Amino acid sequence: MSTSARPLAPPHRRVRRHLLSSADLDRSQVRAILDTAAEMHGVQQREVKKLPTLRGRTVVNLFFEDSTRTRSSFEIAGKWLSADVINISGKGSSTSKGESLRDTVMTVAAMGVDALVVRHHASGAAHQVSQWVDAHVVNAGDGTHEHPTQALLDAYTMERRLGDLEGRHVVIVGDLTHSRVVRSNLITLRTLGARVTLVAPPTLMPSGIGAWSQADGFDLSHDLDAVLPTADAVMMLRVQRERMSGGFFPTPREYTVGYGLTRPRLDALMAANADAVICHPGPMNRGLEISPDAADAASSLVLDQVSAGVAVRMSVLYHLLAGNDEGEDS
Amino acid sequence: MTTPVATPTAPGAAGSAAPSRTVLSASDVSRALRRVAHEILEHNKGGADLVVLGIPSRGVALARRLAAVMESVEGRPVPVGALDVTMHRDDLRRQPTRSPMHTDIPEPGIDDKVVVLVDDVLYSGRTVRAALDALSDLGRPRAVRLAVLVDRGHRELPIRADHVGKNLPTASTERVSVRLLEHDGVEDQVTIAAGESR
Repeated sequence: MSTSARPLAPPHRRVRRHLLSSADLDRSQVRAILDTAAEMHGVQQREVKKLPTLRGRTVVNLFFEDSTRTRSSFEIAGKWLSADVINISGKGSSTSKGESLRDTVMTVAAMGVDALVVRHHASGAAHQVSQWVDAHVVNAGDGTHEHPTQALLDAYTMERRLGDLEGRHVVIVGDLTHSRVVRSNLITLRTLGARVTLVAPPTLMPSGIGAWSQADGFDLSHDLDAVLPTADAVMMLRVQRERMSGGFFPTPREYTVGYGLTRPRLDALMAANADAVICHPGPMNRGLEISPDAADAASSLVLDQVSAGVAVRMSVLYHLLAGNDEGEDS
Repeated sequence: MTTPVATPTAPGAAGSAAPSRTVLSASDVSRALRRVAHEILEHNKGGADLVVLGIPSRGVALARRLAAVMESVEGRPVPVGALDVTMHRDDLRRQPTRSPMHTDIPEPGIDDKVVVLVDDVLYSGRTVRAALDALSDLGRPRAVRLAVLVDRGHRELPIRADHVGKNLPTASTERVSVRLLEHDGVEDQVTIAAGESR
């Protein structure tokens, strides 16, 4: 179709072959993914939710780590775009019989899949996989490194409630050392022009974060109560008990007192800014990093984040898989 | 009413390099749309149960104009919206990814309605094929009709328009371009230019 008057050139730079890091996306690409996600969200309200767009394509969810919500979210996203979706979990697969990651990946790729959605406990795993295969690779969480689709859905959810994030102040609180969500969120939020402050006890701040914050222009704080009144959005990170060998904070109770979104803090936040919103990537430890009052408050976007997850992942799969492979910048 | 003479070349149109000639001027477009609006109403025996859906991007602007004419004739509003077909196209793999545009189905929905699809140029028919698929996911209209501003021929599917603003015989190498005031910020015009074959 060369000749209808419709513009053929997309207004944004082409989304790359893979989505491995939030840094792979410039502002126009984030914009394109979020705008498409909004349309996909509209489709989800319909009786017939399925679109024929990726008919005949195969998406493999390759999960070497437990994850119910991310895996099922990618699975539904692929299915609603009519792709064939196969789930392979590291535990039940040949990996547990001693096969290497490379052999597992090459075996799956040899079946002729179009996209691999990879979750792995090692940082950089998705990047490594992308070097081995021709298929498109989506990083669905690699160790303590990145989780780009989570950052996109968080940005999408916040935008729906707050409008344009340019100049908005987002406060991310919690375990900065072990969280892959924080790095991706930081990059995507900065790409969209938001102001970001990371809050954590000194023991949960990764070494070298001071230099990083200066280079990338975000703020650091150990004092949640001082930062909270200026927040437009507060994102509580999960305290990842399974990643902790102890020694990061004395007791859970002490963590809650210093850094939990407790009822008094919720009240202080709402008093300072009645339109402020609360996010949590889930799963929540109620009573530890977030109080039930905050989790279920009208300002809480936790369930919106889940429903946005499918729309955003549909959008990502669409932008990676739907077009031809020519002219993409590698 | 004075009729502007069709200018032989319109170099201002979208900065196209090849010389183009205007085949429909602003007043031609306006007359064609009025006629099409009347045809739709005549065929439907009034405005009852009509839902006008434009195919983005310029089809939406045309749909709004048609609905406005119909409203002025019938004295009551005609529901108008937009139907994006990007996700239903069969040529997605042949070109870089394009972002889908907004779909907006007016409140009564399309079940048991007479849906009038509106697009600017009817060419291969593949866009309309995609639109029919998109519609069937949204409901079951009583009938679907197709109105286009320009039918330039070269159909690749058994699809025809019910209402045509202008039949425009073209060579497949030529480029037809539509400019609409509310969409492009320039006066309405339809131009045709010799183009490189695809």
